[in-house]
Amino acid sequence: MKIVAICGAGIGSSGILKVNAERVLRKLDIEATVTAVDISSLAETAKDAQVILTSAEFVDAIGATFADVIVIENYFDTQELTAKLEAALG
Amino acid sequence: MSLPPLPASAIELGVTVDDWHEAVRLAGAALERSGAATPAYADEMIRMIEEHGPYVVIAPGLALAHARPGPAVVADGLAIVTLASPVNFGHPHNDPVRVVLGLAIKEARTHLAAVAELANVFNDSDAIEALASATTAEQVQRIMGVSS
Repeated sequence: MKIVAICGAGIGSSGILKVNAERVLRKLDIEATVTAVDISSLAETAKDAQVILTSAEFVDAIGATFADVIVIENYFDTQELTAKLEAALG
Repeated sequence: MSLPPLPASAIELGVTVDDWHEAVRLAGAALERSGAATPAYADEMIRMIEEHGPYVVIAPGLALAHARPGPAVVADGLAIVTLASPVNFGHPHNDPVRVVLGLAIKEARTHLAAVAELANVFNDSDAIEALASATTAEQVQRIMGVSS
């Protein structure tokens, strides 16, 4: 399972999404690699991703994709991440 | 694994600002005072938000201002600015913002350890409120788990 976390810089906010997504996936016992990237490198990194984690601002820029795009509101709310990842992967 | 340095010089509490530009600029000035960034870094942080929108408001009341590693970053550093009156960044869920973190990262490949520590601090949902009501730099450093 490949998951990509996206933000504008590829550091900082996408890094926080990556760290918290990995914590949640471990609890859910789902094996996945989570990569943090900036929106401009998305096309290359995400072409074989099943899930893209991001915030609402980037949905249009992501464009057409086969991946499930999950919009996260509170990056520190692991309950929100858990519920949305479970819904997408379950 | 530890947070980037957060010295007292990078902490400014209860400031009054007109808008989010000014709040982010103050976070940039704080990073400059602590020796983490040059003045150009504030412009870069503002440009990221102008270009990509208010996604840096990553939790209710909290903005994580940052730009890419580059020549404007002198050293890894963290800054915290709290606002006397909250300001809107235009985020659909997490406005208004009371706490602005400024993050300067020298090397992208080493930054995950630092943001993992940020996640440790802020996965406690009381941390943002505690920072917003802190009155001394020491209190802020204690909440963030760094020694002064």
